[in-house]
Amino acid sequence: MKKYIIFILIAIVGWSLATTFKAIPFGADRRGDLNNPDKVAAYYLKESPETLQTANSITAIVVNFRGFDTLGEVTVLFLAATGLASILYRKEDDEEEKEASKKDVERVRLPSSSLVRTGAKILFPLILLLGIYVFVHGHLTPGGGFQGGAIIATGFLLMLITYKHFETNHNVMVWLESLAGLAFVAVGLYGLFVYGSFLQNTHSVGTLNDLISGGLIPLIYIFIGIKVGTELTNILDILLKIKKS
Amino acid sequence: MTEFNDLFIKYKDLITIAVYGTAIMLILIGLYAVLLKKHLVKIVIGLSIIDAGVHLLFVAVGYIQNGTAPIFSPGNEHAAGRMVDPVPQALVLTAIVIGFAVTALALSLVIRLYKHHHTANIDQIKSLKW
Repeated sequence: MKKYIIFILIAIVGWSLATTFKAIPFGADRRGDLNNPDKVAAYYLKESPETLQTANSITAIVVNFRGFDTLGEVTVLFLAATGLASILYRKEDDEEEKEASKKDVERVRLPSSSLVRTGAKILFPLILLLGIYVFVHGHLTPGGGFQGGAIIATGFLLMLITYKHFETNHNVMVWLESLAGLAFVAVGLYGLFVYGSFLQNTHSVGTLNDLISGGLIPLIYIFIGIKVGTELTNILDILLKIKKS
Repeated sequence: MTEFNDLFIKYKDLITIAVYGTAIMLILIGLYAVLLKKHLVKIVIGLSIIDAGVHLLFVAVGYIQNGTAPIFSPGNEHAAGRMVDPVPQALVLTAIVIGFAVTALALSLVIRLYKHHHTANIDQIKSLKW
């Protein structure tokens, strides 16, 4: 009986979504007038290369036009990481218990073959380099801080599941994460106190498609990249260290 | 490119149904998993599927015919007329990160529940009954 009610509910949701999107033609131009912007999309497409000299207009929106929103997003990610750590945290009172719990951790079920171990060792620095490249070039190419941070975390994941004794330094990770987050806020406050608006662009914007262009955008995306990379690595580390019990 | 345009105009209804239909079907499949599945991990997977459907819907709404990515790379500095709407893409970028955070938090709660009750079946977890 419950099943039929749920199917009817799903059908109602599907029907209402379908009728709503029937009225929105796919592929139609809804950006408004690009030369005299009357809609927000046209405004962003016009201002991103002209005023901000930022090639990737999505980065311009995420970091500059909606920078405050991104600060909130980073906070949500931070809260999720903190919540996860506090939900899965387990207090270990004395050293003996700590040693015992280290033995219990079954992060790697089977020892990796030498092929995997050697390959991981070669790939790890290259993956980190790719991640750093992606967030440094966030304002020029597709990508940015969040994507680059995720790539860095995959590199650490590779090492964590390949080597039994690979440990990330928890303190360094937490400090890096906190400092990157604080730096983002500090940049925002600097703009607020010196130029009168939070996250105000305080640098010259340079020329389009230069590595150093777009004012504060590359700087902020580097902070976000470091923060997301360390945060995701911490989450993976915590999830992989769960005891079997 | 003109060939693509002709095809797009010719099969416009079909493409519309395919794109919006896929996105809406993903949302409905996720909703089905959330409402009817008994295993907690499957419910979390359902939430992720709903996420994917919503993202696809957003990006599909922002698409314009024959559009390119809104990136002013060298040679495309004055191609703003061909670029798709950047706003939904920026919103989806935010939504993916939030979706990841929600999934991670939900999975940690599932792990906690499993450790406490020694089962991940919601029918056997009595304290969750309503």
